[in-house]
Amino acid sequence: MNPKYLSDAALVSNYINGEETSLTIIINRHQQRIYNFIYSKVYDRDVTEDIFQDTFIKVIKTLKLGKYNEEGKFLPWVMRIAHNLVIDFFRKNKRMPKFNNSKDFDIFTVISDGSLNAEAELIRSQIHYDIRNLVEQLPDDQRTVLKMRMYNDMSFKEISENTSVSINTALGRMRYALINLRKLIKEHNIVLTN
Amino acid sequence: MEKIYSKKHPSNNHLNPKIETINLILSYSKAFKVSVYNDLMFETILN
Repeated sequence: MNPKYLSDAALVSNYINGEETSLTIIINRHQQRIYNFIYSKVYDRDVTEDIFQDTFIKVIKTLKLGKYNEEGKFLPWVMRIAHNLVIDFFRKNKRMPKFNNSKDFDIFTVISDGSLNAEAELIRSQIHYDIRNLVEQLPDDQRTVLKMRMYNDMSFKEISENTSVSINTALGRMRYALINLRKLIKEHNIVLTN
Repeated sequence: MEKIYSKKHPSNNHLNPKIETINLILSYSKAFKVSVYNDLMFETILN
């Protein structure tokens, strides 16, 4: 007899006895009904695919573990599993509400993960590279003060002590360092914005 | 209210799962094995 015409009960029995093709026939026979049942509850194709898959994984496990009790109600049993998984899905969703973007409003325009995207990250590293090059072009005394202040986060008192100059001199060198940096940026037409 | 309750959902009586989903289920079925040892059942997924 063509296995396609076997009853669900017979196919299930064959499947439990190791005939994998029986599962293919069972799925082909009932997939549309089960799939549409799930879809009619969740109205989302991706979620439906997931629940459909989980339903059959549960069916397979139960059958292979010998926990299925044949009462001639295979399809209602599968539908019950699908129904329970749909309920689980809604419970989870309630705990973690899902926001659906509409045509007029996209949630990602007001929230972000705070990290830079690849382009912004590239621009930032380019800016850092340019600044380092510009700093290297400053006269030694100005470069030292600027590095101590900006990179080492030292106070002008500490800078003056470390470079053996007065605070006013250190301040003056910092001022000239910034003036010269601006000049260099202007001369080389460098854009330092992200 | 009338609008909400008369809103018709798109027809969904002829939808089918993706072939990938079916393939995954069938592959899972082939890979899933149960072994019994001293009244204990072990589930294994073979590669």
